[in-house]
Amino acid sequence: MAETKTEDLKTTPLDALHRALGARMVPFAGYAMPVQYKLGVLKEHLHTRASAGLFDVSHMGQAVVHGADGVAATLEKLCPGSLAELKAGRMRYSMLLNEQGGILDDLMVTRPAGPLPGFDAADQMMVVVNAACKDADFALIESALAEGQTLTILADRALLALQGPKAVDALAKLVPGVTTLTFMTADVFTWEGADLFISRSGYTGEDGFEISVPNEKAEALANALLADELVEAIGLGARDSLRLEAGLPLYGHDIDETTNPVEAALTFAIGKRRKMDRDFRGEEEIMRDLFDGAIRTRVALLPEGRGIAREGSKILSLDGTEIGTVTSGTFAPSLERPIAMGLVDSEYAKEGTSLSIELRGKPVAAIVTPLPFVPHNYVRASK
Amino acid sequence: MSTYYTEDHEWIRVDGDTGTVGISNYAQEQLGDIVFVEVPEEGRELTKGDEAAVVESVKAASEVYAPVSGSVVETNSALEADPALVNSDAEGEGWFFTMTIADESELEGLMDEAAYQAMIEG
Repeated sequence: MAETKTEDLKTTPLDALHRALGARMVPFAGYAMPVQYKLGVLKEHLHTRASAGLFDVSHMGQAVVHGADGVAATLEKLCPGSLAELKAGRMRYSMLLNEQGGILDDLMVTRPAGPLPGFDAADQMMVVVNAACKDADFALIESALAEGQTLTILADRALLALQGPKAVDALAKLVPGVTTLTFMTADVFTWEGADLFISRSGYTGEDGFEISVPNEKAEALANALLADELVEAIGLGARDSLRLEAGLPLYGHDIDETTNPVEAALTFAIGKRRKMDRDFRGEEEIMRDLFDGAIRTRVALLPEGRGIAREGSKILSLDGTEIGTVTSGTFAPSLERPIAMGLVDSEYAKEGTSLSIELRGKPVAAIVTPLPFVPHNYVRASK
Repeated sequence: MSTYYTEDHEWIRVDGDTGTVGISNYAQEQLGDIVFVEVPEEGRELTKGDEAAVVESVKAASEVYAPVSGSVVETNSALEADPALVNSDAEGEGWFFTMTIADESELEGLMDEAAYQAMIEG
């Protein structure tokens, strides 16, 4: 097969490194990205759960909203979370909603521990959004800015993720201070003269870190981590099977503009104060679904056998009626069986419900199962 | 014994009037990690070009077509426990099934190894 044409695709600062490592490059959200390296998807996945995997996620959008007081309130115009309560150095998963409460994107919002390098002491919050949506997301946030506030896209920064039980050991050799972070906390650290914005978070269900690094230091940081025998380079193929095992939704597949947080089974992201004040986008539709139940619900499914239930496969009730669609599906290396997520009519969403999935024209039995498929290993602060 | 290749990256290794069928090394490389192989039932009658087997990788499911007409004699039971054999030894231990060859003349339409290599490099 001819090598993927990359003239029309954007590249990250690690592009040359990926190719030097023998990555198979594919187009993803307008970027040339590594889907796997020489180990292959299965081994890369298993290595991440056993040791430490290094991912290039520089295609994602990083930005800082800053300026006049009330940055959290600005974001709350678009997000249903109680972001004003976010303390310094803490971060939260949230969503950008449209006026009917449909999800435009999911994102991480961080209240920096202190003023970020390059930004003065003004009110500020950092956001990381999905690559495919970043242009639209940033335009939306810009439209919501109050007087005196600015959105600054961190175009000069790459984003690496180091995930797995040994991630902290590997990263602490370079940046000793990261051992002070716990799940969903963030701070700024220095490495070889560069400012790294590091959070203890990720998209795999394992302990790990996301590291925002200046573009010109990205390759050096990646090489320093890869030099550690604990660390292997991991591609997007394994990233997908890892997040699916962890029960994490993928925007554009499991959640999209036609799903609100109730249908998406993400109601934890609606803040308590916000529910009381009923002051978030789409609150009428969302509160109605919270009280009365949504018509459809995102569920996790365990198909029988070894065939993979892929996105778009029909989900049927036992009497053969079509009652939903598979939104994500893959082979779970850590479970050695296929797993899937889908959107089904809510009366079939209860755990233990028997359904069937149409695989290549034939019905295969599947059961609704709790999430996550594989337990999370987050390192939380001890109380 | 002679090995013939199809345009769809199957191979058949002919020994008298039976052949062993699998997918080429090039094909397994393109597919990535293989997690499941669905082989035909023993005794199944195949016409050249029929969907004979399915190979499922993390990326996608791909049909494997019968390179010639005949009936399925034996299937590779090792693939159930270890589908990765197709990745590690596609043209050896990763064989899918053996079959009788109903019509030897159908082999004439297939490529030899040199022609197949030329096709994938071209």
